[in-house]
Amino acid sequence: MKKEPLKRLLKYCLPYKMHLVGIVILSSIQIIFTLLIPIYIGKAVDTMIGVDQVDFTLLIQRMICIGSFMLISALSEWCVLRLSNRLTYAITKDLRNDLLSHYIELPLKVVDQYANGDLISRVVNDIDLVGDGILQGFTHLFGGIATIIGTICFMLYINVTIAMIVILLTPLSLVVASVIASKTYKYFQIQLSIRGQLNGYVEEMVGHQKVIKAFGHEEENKEHFDELNEQLYRSGVKSQFFGALVNPSTRIVNSIVYASVAMGGALYVVSGNMSVGILTSFLSYANQYTKPFNEISGVFTELQTAVASAARVFELLDRHVEQEVDSPIQLEGVRGEITFDRVYFSYEKEQKLIEDFNLHVNPGQMVAIVGPTGCGKTTLINLLMRFYDTVSGTISIDGVPIQDISRHDLRSYYGMVLQESWLFTGTIRDNIAYGSQASEEEIIEAAKKAHAHNFIAQLKDGYDTFIHEDGGNLSQGQKQLLCISRIMLKNSPILILDEATSSIDTRTEKQIQDAFDVMMKGRTSFVVAHRLSTIRQADVILVMKDGHIIEKGTHDELLKQNGFYNQLYTSQFEKEKD
Amino acid sequence: MTINNYIVNIIDKGSAVMWKKYIKPYRYETIFGLFFKLVEAIFELFVPFIVSLIVDKGIQGGNRDYIIKMGLLLYGLAAIGYLFALVCQYFASKASQGFGTGVRRDMFAAINAYDYKNIDDIGTPSLITRLSHDVNQLQVAVAMGIRLASRSPIIIIGSLIMSFYINSQLAIIFVVCAPLLALSIYLVMKHSFPLYLKIQNQLDKVSLVTRENLSGMRVIRAFSMQSKEKQRFQDETSYLNALQVKVTKISALLNPSTTIIVNIAIIVILYVGGMKINVGQLSTGEVIALINYMNQILLSMIVFANVILIFNKASASYRRVEEVLAIEPEIEYGTTQLSLDSEECIRFSHVSFAYEQAQALSDVSFQVKRGQTIGIIGGTGSGKTSLVNLITRFYDPSDGEIDLFHHSIKEYTQEQLRDMIALVPQTAVLFKGTIKENLLWGKKDANEEDIERALEQAQAKEFVDLMEKGVDSELSQGGSNLSGGQRQRLTIARALIKNADILILDDSSSALDFVTESKLRKSLQELEQTTLIVSQRISSLQHADVILVLYHGKLVGQGTHYELLENCPVYQDIYVSQNKKEDQS
Repeated sequence: MKKEPLKRLLKYCLPYKMHLVGIVILSSIQIIFTLLIPIYIGKAVDTMIGVDQVDFTLLIQRMICIGSFMLISALSEWCVLRLSNRLTYAITKDLRNDLLSHYIELPLKVVDQYANGDLISRVVNDIDLVGDGILQGFTHLFGGIATIIGTICFMLYINVTIAMIVILLTPLSLVVASVIASKTYKYFQIQLSIRGQLNGYVEEMVGHQKVIKAFGHEEENKEHFDELNEQLYRSGVKSQFFGALVNPSTRIVNSIVYASVAMGGALYVVSGNMSVGILTSFLSYANQYTKPFNEISGVFTELQTAVASAARVFELLDRHVEQEVDSPIQLEGVRGEITFDRVYFSYEKEQKLIEDFNLHVNPGQMVAIVGPTGCGKTTLINLLMRFYDTVSGTISIDGVPIQDISRHDLRSYYGMVLQESWLFTGTIRDNIAYGSQASEEEIIEAAKKAHAHNFIAQLKDGYDTFIHEDGGNLSQGQKQLLCISRIMLKNSPILILDEATSSIDTRTEKQIQDAFDVMMKGRTSFVVAHRLSTIRQADVILVMKDGHIIEKGTHDELLKQNGFYNQLYTSQFEKEKD
Repeated sequence: MTINNYIVNIIDKGSAVMWKKYIKPYRYETIFGLFFKLVEAIFELFVPFIVSLIVDKGIQGGNRDYIIKMGLLLYGLAAIGYLFALVCQYFASKASQGFGTGVRRDMFAAINAYDYKNIDDIGTPSLITRLSHDVNQLQVAVAMGIRLASRSPIIIIGSLIMSFYINSQLAIIFVVCAPLLALSIYLVMKHSFPLYLKIQNQLDKVSLVTRENLSGMRVIRAFSMQSKEKQRFQDETSYLNALQVKVTKISALLNPSTTIIVNIAIIVILYVGGMKINVGQLSTGEVIALINYMNQILLSMIVFANVILIFNKASASYRRVEEVLAIEPEIEYGTTQLSLDSEECIRFSHVSFAYEQAQALSDVSFQVKRGQTIGIIGGTGSGKTSLVNLITRFYDPSDGEIDLFHHSIKEYTQEQLRDMIALVPQTAVLFKGTIKENLLWGKKDANEEDIERALEQAQAKEFVDLMEKGVDSELSQGGSNLSGGQRQRLTIARALIKNADILILDDSSSALDFVTESKLRKSLQELEQTTLIVSQRISSLQHADVILVLYHGKLVGQGTHYELLENCPVYQDIYVSQNKKEDQS
């Protein structure tokens, strides 16, 4: 087990150190008094020797002791449980908040390296597992060890010989536990991998059930599934059998300890060296003796998972967040003049993408970016918005290098519509107003400009319609209209339109195009273009292929070059012509 | 909901049928498992009694031989008990795993038989969790049922019986105490259950906000809304924390309260026991035995409470599994092979179609001749894909008739219908395996030549040849190691290799660049089969023999490109919007 994540987890406990102190003190009290009860039950038994030989004064004294010990131990147990739960949940809350706050500020370069599902499971599942680990650690590990030590001490105190019987039998339970653990681990690994395969298969096949039906592939799928299912059965029986051994196995160790104490103790009592009451106390210790061992071994597996999860959480927390310049320059009234000066950029060192790129865009000009799908058009957007930083060279706005502007300010100059429309759960109003304190009129005005008002007005709740996760209750086109309304409202000096109209039907698209034309007037704009109409009216066209900018110029210039653009253009032209 | 309800749910009639069906093949394992557990529990019940004998007869009488004999008996009981536990464990594993395997098998088969509507109703992600997570919960419940649910009641009842056997007056303490214990466990569970459900929901919310933060990463940054998002997230985690703390207020009561009850009972046993010993009605050993039985009742009750928790989880899972098994596909197919020698290929007569909430197509009529190329154009939500789904009979129309080759579509067998139509779906779906394996989906016995030809026609040969292993290259799940355009071309090749009578391309060249798309179009023109091309772009289908124009589910125009330019306003609009700028220049 790595120690590093554990240490850092302890740091998260520090703000709650009073909780920790409380837990340690109170659970010590609880354990001591719980362990005292069997002794006093034994002592009570010793007050009743036989007919007419019961010492009632002493018996009542013992009973009062048992009663008060029990109350003390119950009360402290209640406090310990409350405290340790509070502590655990507070830590998981802090961890979650830290993790989200952190990755929301991470450079996209870093975030893009992780799969979405992976990040979500770190925030939700991993931290849950860390929480479980901490809770188990506090309640069972500390409690278990303290109970074992306490039991041994008490036993040694009341009778050394019998105590030795129990102590000598202890290694037996350790051996049994470790043998089972290693066996179980092996079979669980096998089962886990088959289960993984089966789940992957199910996900693929159920997920694409529609394609499977179209190709009539059901029989083959069923056969393959049955085969995996059969494998899972065979490994499942084994791993479940071994996993379930823990319980009876510790029980038999316990029974052996119990039988030994009963027999050895009784013989000892007969020789007159011990009272029946003490034997009773011993028997109740023996009865519960292996329980903490059992629990501790369980805690260790859980701690292992927790540490592994914590490591995954801390790994993300260790990535460096975006750094801002010390004294950022603030621009007043951005005109939208943009310069690329000898810009070099690549995502990975080995694969050079943009090399020595120079471009000057005057305020109000329109730049079209064209090229086949996957040609790397988003790369330019990543650079303009400083989602990624250039390797060398400078990009400037109104003559100021964008590195000298804070990201917050820089991004506020842009209005951006991305390929995939993003909405969050909330009302349509909230989604359009995102990030601004706009009035009702302004929101409606923006929606009207983006031709979204009509469909919104037709919804039962209008602007108060609640959008579910990922806008599931809206069509793709409607979602995009909302994103466009959002940009209409923002009214930024520079626009970035990334294939914004690709999934809107052609009639709506035309209307939006008109709105865009209005919006683009007097503003610098970068448009990832699909269509000839957009391309032709651009002031500069950037032609991209395989991540590189291979041609640059106006429509006429590029046609004359007779290069890739010419080829692209004629192929589309042909299509529209014949 | 109360625990009572949960228990009732588990044993209600409907579920009994399912339990029976899947447990039945393993009934011997189940019975043996329960039997061996029962024997083990009974052995365990003897232990405190034997100890009391050791105290009363062995110690009191000073009989060493007797003590040793009884001690050995204890060892013997432990050993036999262990052996029985192992046997029970083995049968429980077999029965529960076998149960789960059976349920999974039937669920997968049921899902395989679903029609589109069934899948839409439940949703894919839910089907997946039901098949994996929910079946697992059921499996655990069966195993626990055999191993623990039988043991605890036996120990509890057995301990009660033993207490009566030892002393019927003291047994009253047991009769009072056991229900009290049960009551306190019940109260704690009753009040904490609803909170646990709330916690689960809140955790889902936390993960929802996380997911939104990931998918909206760029937008959030573009709007510099990080601090608002942090606040939104912290609100959710704080509420989660509040709920968790609230539930522990209740759940932390369980242990202390049950120990208090048991210890009070022990105190009473001690006092009354003392009085009885004093008058010679009870022995010391018997008092010790009674105390032990009391402790055993407590432990068993707590185990039993956990079993109820597991069963409760399982009952929710059970309902979700049963739902999957209960759904019957509504579409029924014909039984005879039909001849396809008609010149008319497709005929729609006054066809209307609605999904749950929305009308998708209204009163659509048209016909297609064999060998024609048909274009279907319209905006999003105009009903293009619905029309395709009706031709493939993924859904049945709510009104009107569809004929293929002069036979009602309902008379075809599922197999013949699938064989005569090759579909390229809107989303380019490929499966884990080699490219070749994926292509063979279209035609199981395709040879090298077929594959080459299909790849060539789909304009995929070029990039496949460039791959190191060619058609034997491995695709990862969903084909994610290929670009969107490459995936699309492979799905086209998969449909072409089928060489079916009708080929349908559902907006499936959207990710292709201009050059590739025009090449693809040319190669499709050479095919003889009836071809339906669905698109939003006029340029993709203007060469079609007939173009169908859909607008909000209605067929508003059909004819050739030039006819439609003359007489179809919607088509004219689309044309203008896609060509406006060209005309101006």
